[in-house]
Amino acid sequence: MSAAVPVPAPEAAAPQPRPRPTPRQGLRRRAGRTGRTGRAMQYTALLCYLVFLAFPLLWLVSTAFKSPRELGSVDPTWLPRHPTLGNFRTALDEQPLLHAALNSLLVAGAAALVSVVVAVPAAYAMVRFKGAVSRAGTGWILVSQMFPLVLIIIPLFMVLKNLHLIDSRPGLVVVYVVWTLPFVLWMLQSYVKAVPVSLEEAAAIDGCGRLRTLRSVVLPLLAPGLVATLMFAFVTAWNEFFFALVLLKTPEKQTMSVILTHFTGAEGAADLGPLAAASLLATIPSLVFFALLQKRLVGGMLSGAVKG
Amino acid sequence: MRRRTLLAGAAATAAAAGSAAVLSGCGSSAASGVPTLDFLSLAWQEESVKANKALVAQWNTAHPEVQVRYVQGSWDDVHDQLLTSFEGGAAPDIIHDEGNDLTDFGSGGYLADLTPLLPADVRGRIPAAAWDMARFGKGLYGVPFLQEPRVLIANRSLLAEAGIALPTAERPWTWEEFEDAAKELSHSGGPGERYGVAWPMSSPVSVTLNLSLTTGGRILYRKDDGGTQVRLEQADSAFAEMVRRQVGTDKSAPAGALGMSGGDTLPGFFAGRYAMLPLNLSYRQQVQQQAPAHFDWVTLPLPVGAGAPDGGRAQGVSPQTLSVAEDCKHQAQAAAFIGFMTQTDHLVELAEGDWMAPTGTDALRDPALTTDKLGWSTGMSVAAHLVASPALGRRGYPEWSDKVATPALQQYFSGAIGLDSLRKKLVRDGNRVFDRYRT
Repeated sequence: MSAAVPVPAPEAAAPQPRPRPTPRQGLRRRAGRTGRTGRAMQYTALLCYLVFLAFPLLWLVSTAFKSPRELGSVDPTWLPRHPTLGNFRTALDEQPLLHAALNSLLVAGAAALVSVVVAVPAAYAMVRFKGAVSRAGTGWILVSQMFPLVLIIIPLFMVLKNLHLIDSRPGLVVVYVVWTLPFVLWMLQSYVKAVPVSLEEAAAIDGCGRLRTLRSVVLPLLAPGLVATLMFAFVTAWNEFFFALVLLKTPEKQTMSVILTHFTGAEGAADLGPLAAASLLATIPSLVFFALLQKRLVGGMLSGAVKG
Repeated sequence: MRRRTLLAGAAATAAAAGSAAVLSGCGSSAASGVPTLDFLSLAWQEESVKANKALVAQWNTAHPEVQVRYVQGSWDDVHDQLLTSFEGGAAPDIIHDEGNDLTDFGSGGYLADLTPLLPADVRGRIPAAAWDMARFGKGLYGVPFLQEPRVLIANRSLLAEAGIALPTAERPWTWEEFEDAAKELSHSGGPGERYGVAWPMSSPVSVTLNLSLTTGGRILYRKDDGGTQVRLEQADSAFAEMVRRQVGTDKSAPAGALGMSGGDTLPGFFAGRYAMLPLNLSYRQQVQQQAPAHFDWVTLPLPVGAGAPDGGRAQGVSPQTLSVAEDCKHQAQAAAFIGFMTQTDHLVELAEGDWMAPTGTDALRDPALTTDKLGWSTGMSVAAHLVASPALGRRGYPEWSDKVATPALQQYFSGAIGLDSLRKKLVRDGNRVFDRYRT
């Protein structure tokens, strides 16, 4: 009697060797695995970077809502144990923050707008009309970035005094335009370079002059770059402290960055809670500006980064 | 469409900036014919700002012929701000600053010599030691009005637990007694690690110079020709040696606190990690504001050096000053305003607002400031012995401090170099710096 020996199904008897992947499939699979690992690492790195970037802002938010007692704790916590709006009340009561914010908004807005308006034709000319002037202009941009602020402040002060622009917000706007213009010009040049010349040539064939080409062809394509540049100029002027400190005397004209220093004393002493609350309020306009223009900003960054 | 809206908004912003500037562009002095003096104040604490503004308002009511405009300044970058304003010929008329700045501004011709301008009663109400803090060469370039000595702020409960008797203003500790107390209060290692004292030395040079006076030293000496000589003999280095001993040998002071500012050490103090803090008098305000409920703290006089002049009580300070710009067109009126601000009762108000000590002899005795509450009486008794910091009037001091003394002292306190190396750096390199400033 023979025991019934199960006969394995032919396919189960021995594992069939997998068909060898073609070299192309193997590469794709490996690339897929590597891609997933790489992507995970990228996201991890991005997360770390975001945490690194966000840390000061998050700490500022946390500090702004802490009481003086909690600020004196040796074991600081991320979340305030007893959140309070007292720091905001003190900051708003002690200093004219809203008025200072309005001043900053006016000065930074005007400076950003003027610098971009001046820089657009200049950047276009420097990119499209290559020559000695263009090269000299580029050299000037680079050299102008090398002067430390303290070196120019006294001559600048004297020039502005002769023009009766000391202690005036238009005077500060002029200074900010001059201060930001080189970098704004540098930024815009890269965006202009990204606009294909063939489009302008096509416009010329259709009968457009230079100005019309600039207005109807180049400017619409530059819009994302303009927004990015405008943002840069605005934030630079909004955050600037030393020019505003030196040039504005009248308390009613002082900007936010100057008012914030009124919460600090000699030898690093500071009224930390109200200072954090006021600083948080001071970041809001920039954040709102960023939020409103974010899409265009990203487009602008990309178009400037990639050569056409 | 959105772009058009954006540009329209930006244009409106620019237009508003222009119109707002036109509306508020002019000052008041020319229009009314009444001189208006700008008073740059660096007061920053709420009570102090209020007191300053109230005094300016009082002056303006009582003196319709000369008005004063309160201009809020900031300690941040005040030196550069003033230098630019002086060079540009647009400086404030009356300037609140500190003694260290007067050296350069006075010798640079930016500040008016107040010698012929100040009324006699102003001179009489402030003692000679305080006037020395603002007199350089032949000129008097400011009126010292507020000053702050260093005191010990201590955790009373910890001292009581250790059975340590508190020193008094009449019988302060000597530095040796202080070292013993700090050792007694220290427990190294473990979760309950505690240090008897924390030395916040973010500005090691000014602390070392000012407190070297308590041991009979001064480090910076005046030469016969008016120049500066650096010396580091036993009396000069005794204070620095003691700090080094506490950090390196006794372990009664943490090395980690050496880089901190006074405010940074407060959380550790409240948590019981440090039993005593040598801090400026005005830090009492932060302690009062931030200390946990039921935290028992006390203000003690700073220890004294045995055998030093004035019983070792003399600390150096750089006072807060009121000066008049050389370019001010109404110097006599500006000096009169300073006289008004430094009346005894006004000095008391300003000192209370800033939690500091006034310079005036009568103001130091005022009942409002000699109360035992919150360490006021201790502070005033210590303040009565203050003298000019050795740094005052020394041309070249900022360079010596930044380039030579700060790194050398930091290395010494951390144990990286010994006393001989410190001496070599401070004296040899320092004298080279000061020689360049000799006129």
